[in-house]
Amino acid sequence: MIAYIVRRLFYAIPILIGVNLLTFVLFFVINTPDDIARSQLGDRHLTAESIDNWKRAHGYHKPLLYHSEAAGMDKLIDTVFFDKSVRLFAMDFGRSDSGRDIGHDISQRMWPSLAIAVPTLLVGIGLNITFALLIAFFRATFIDYWGVVICVVLLSVSSLFYIIGGQYLLSKLFHLVPISGYDTGWNAIKFLVLPVIIGVISGIGSGTRWYRTLFLEEIGKDYVRTARAKGLSERVVLFRHVLQNALIPILTGVVVLLPLLFMGSLIVESFFGIPGLGSYTIDGIQRQDFAIVRSMVFLGSVLYILGLLLTDISYTLVDPRVRL
Amino acid sequence: MFKVLIVSLGLGVPASVAAVWNNPYPAAQDEQNILYSSFSERPKHLDPVRAYSSDEYMFIAQIYEPPLQYHFLRRPYTLVPLTTDGIPEVVYFNREGVPLSADVSVADIAYSEFTIRIRAGILYQPHPAFAADDQGVGLRRPMSSSELAAVRTLADFQRTGTRELTADDYVYQIKRMANPQLHCPIAGVMGQYIVGFSELSEDIARTLEQNDYGDYLDLRRFPLTGVTTIDRYTYRIRIKGKYPQFLYWQAMPFFAPMPWEADRFYSQAGLQEKNISLDWFPVGTGPFMLTQNNPNLRMVLDRNPNFRSEQFPMLGQEGDAASGLLADAGRPLPFIDRAIYSLEKESIPRWNKFLQGYYDHSGISSDSFDQAIQFSARGDAQLTERMRQRGIGLSTAVAVSSYYMGFNMLHAVLGGDSERARKLRRALSIAVDFEEFIAIFTNGRGVAAQGPIPPGIFGNLDGEAGVNPYVYDWIDGRARRKPISVAKALLREAGYPNGMEASTGKPLVLHFEAVARGPDDKARLNWLRKQMAKLSIQLVVRATDYNRFREKMLKGTGEIFFWGWNADYPDPENFLFLLYGPNAKALHNGENASNYENAEFDELFSQMKNMENGARRQAVIDRMLNIVRRDAPWMWGFHPQAFSLHHAWIRNMQPNLMANNTLKYVRIDPELRAARRLAWNEPVLWPMGLVGVLFGLSIVPAVIGYRRREKSTAL
Repeated sequence: MIAYIVRRLFYAIPILIGVNLLTFVLFFVINTPDDIARSQLGDRHLTAESIDNWKRAHGYHKPLLYHSEAAGMDKLIDTVFFDKSVRLFAMDFGRSDSGRDIGHDISQRMWPSLAIAVPTLLVGIGLNITFALLIAFFRATFIDYWGVVICVVLLSVSSLFYIIGGQYLLSKLFHLVPISGYDTGWNAIKFLVLPVIIGVISGIGSGTRWYRTLFLEEIGKDYVRTARAKGLSERVVLFRHVLQNALIPILTGVVVLLPLLFMGSLIVESFFGIPGLGSYTIDGIQRQDFAIVRSMVFLGSVLYILGLLLTDISYTLVDPRVRL
Repeated sequence: MFKVLIVSLGLGVPASVAAVWNNPYPAAQDEQNILYSSFSERPKHLDPVRAYSSDEYMFIAQIYEPPLQYHFLRRPYTLVPLTTDGIPEVVYFNREGVPLSADVSVADIAYSEFTIRIRAGILYQPHPAFAADDQGVGLRRPMSSSELAAVRTLADFQRTGTRELTADDYVYQIKRMANPQLHCPIAGVMGQYIVGFSELSEDIARTLEQNDYGDYLDLRRFPLTGVTTIDRYTYRIRIKGKYPQFLYWQAMPFFAPMPWEADRFYSQAGLQEKNISLDWFPVGTGPFMLTQNNPNLRMVLDRNPNFRSEQFPMLGQEGDAASGLLADAGRPLPFIDRAIYSLEKESIPRWNKFLQGYYDHSGISSDSFDQAIQFSARGDAQLTERMRQRGIGLSTAVAVSSYYMGFNMLHAVLGGDSERARKLRRALSIAVDFEEFIAIFTNGRGVAAQGPIPPGIFGNLDGEAGVNPYVYDWIDGRARRKPISVAKALLREAGYPNGMEASTGKPLVLHFEAVARGPDDKARLNWLRKQMAKLSIQLVVRATDYNRFREKMLKGTGEIFFWGWNADYPDPENFLFLLYGPNAKALHNGENASNYENAEFDELFSQMKNMENGARRQAVIDRMLNIVRRDAPWMWGFHPQAFSLHHAWIRNMQPNLMANNTLKYVRIDPELRAARRLAWNEPVLWPMGLVGVLFGLSIVPAVIGYRRREKSTAL
């Protein structure tokens, strides 16, 4: 397995270089270094000299991808792309274009993101599995029919509607929780209730339908028929046998998400004023802060690759037939 | 928290134990003397040498104290001393260094000298940069790695200290403005005026290139010939020529004092990596100090315990006493102990929290406008019944800003000095109905502009004398836009009858450079097309992002565009320079975006900018306004009106759109606020019970079905 993991980590390097290159090209197609300097310095009383000073101080004065006047490897090395990219592979994110240390900001902002994402994931999985098992138990009845209809309705609604509706009902109308905000430590709980409820409800439709499909697929298999033939009750068949076997795809689907929980939710964090990494990314894009955008895309890619690797490893843990 | 846990578990509690559940602040703060407010954009910089936007000044103007400030109540906006013992006197000199009288011709003035004397006894806020050990020796040594490891934020420094403000601190800050490493946005402007500023900048740049100064670049060792310390409390600034507006700059944080100890403290290795820098943790002498700096969540300003005595103004304008604005006259400032600003990016939660009493004051977004404001039959804005019942107050003021639609004067059809082009521009100016624009897109919050100078700034005249006669007629005591027939006639005279080019018969097609961001913009652009269609002119919208728009402006390749300007200071020069030829954007990278050039206007501008306010200056401005109204390089657009709401428990919310340091005047009645919050936010519990009952009922058929299935026999 170790050889497999090492091999996969080596595969990650060209992928990350590609992602980095793509981000770089897309960003600089829209924004020139002069644009970045202007957005940082502001428009008023701005001189060409100030722009040049800023670019020089932030390393944007070099050619972007290819330095035609340099010699040898410097043609590739003495460029903005190389300067800004190479340190990322040591997870050194450097400074944002406005001067803040990105690594420090990430280390501060990942906790609020996790504080929402982890309970939403856990409660969501629990509820979705429960509802899916219930619907599977009553398959081909009106409960199954209406359950699926409700799921389709729930998954058709925009997440923005859940957020605004939730804030309106629970906070504005019923005064049960703060409408937005965040705090540290235990004081954060009252701010997390609403986003977690909304996160769970908005995921019920798709999650329940997906898990129901998995359970129904298992229910049709021979071992379930054998269990029933042995006289086991439907409850035992479902909870002891079907659930256990259906957990394999559920688990692997969840494991791939685990590292990405750090990255936060763009919309939820913005509407609830949660200072997580989702809103950090949005801020970076809006401010044309290439250093933040580049770092967050790189971090997202690394975490996704890590998630896929963990998924592969989790296969071997839940299914002994799989060997890496 | 326990109650919230109960909510999260879906259990009900009797209403008797319910206080306020949706309070975003700790209950212990309920009756404390704290102002609650919000900010929507994270400030980029809190270093006074770099900060230059309203969301940054909101914080640093309460902390840093430049020599002068704007009087809180007096209008027109008036400079008064802040840390000085008076308004600095200016002395003029000729090339030989001989002092000149005040009424001497501008051409004879080679230099102006401002002597600024600050008051003694002003202390800085407590700060670790001034910390001393038990023997009183300053702790200025670099921190060890173990000391550094224990520091996460500025509050982790156990020892703090203070010292008296001196003239050297002001001089040091001016030197910081010249430091190219700090990217001061007005360094270019100051380089044109302050003697020796550019040379200092080059000197520092050379030192930076040599890179042999260690962690801290001590600016005290660099000479700045135009700025000298006279004594402990006095310094002198020498500028080139005459520049009366220089005093206004002395009311901006750029010229606030900076103790060299702070600069050195933040230069210590390791602090930058923890985002502990002068750019994020200000050090000032003002009424407040920043004690919590989490720009992603919350900024907290606490009362500076070392703040000197300053009193609420004794005098205001006529009517201020009657309206209660002088009720606090002579009382010591500041009134509040703390101000908590929460990051609130979205307008809906911000508005709802204001209505719940969790923000003390609020602007009004378009989404909420109808809830808050209605217009009387006479067109006056007033609060809705619901707002009045809550005791909410409304403050309005015309902003010292101009939003205009400019023509690129370099363009072959629209630009130039020909009578044809002038008539075409004037026809368009009449056709584009900004009164309608204000009513539709700004909820009536604005005043149609008669020229570049907003109301409240010297040079703007009320009534008939202030009307643009090329676009408006004065009828029945008010300005009325000329009928569209006048615009059509002008268009015909310009050679475009019915919107067709007379010589070729081709339709006149104009292009609008739009920075389109969303659905709201689409409505605006459609409206603009309809305005042009009144003259049968086709308007093609060239939508782009702001970067490309800015590039077009810099290259002078745009045609018609929409832009705006907020005043740096309340002087007509700060608006008329937007039309000054040598400031043309495409030619000289200045702020004259329409690249307008008129020799007579430019000559008058050179005279006007150096004149004192008075009849002579007004006469020159009138001539200048007449020239630009005739030439119409802009459709004059509008001056926005700021609407602000505040609750009954907050006092002295008088809008002052030039002063940024108004937090010290705000007074709160915390008991009233606590009572209102309690009344407005009583939790409604029955929906939780209803959800529980519905959930229970939905379980019943499932249980019945389950039992029936378990008991049924196999086929």
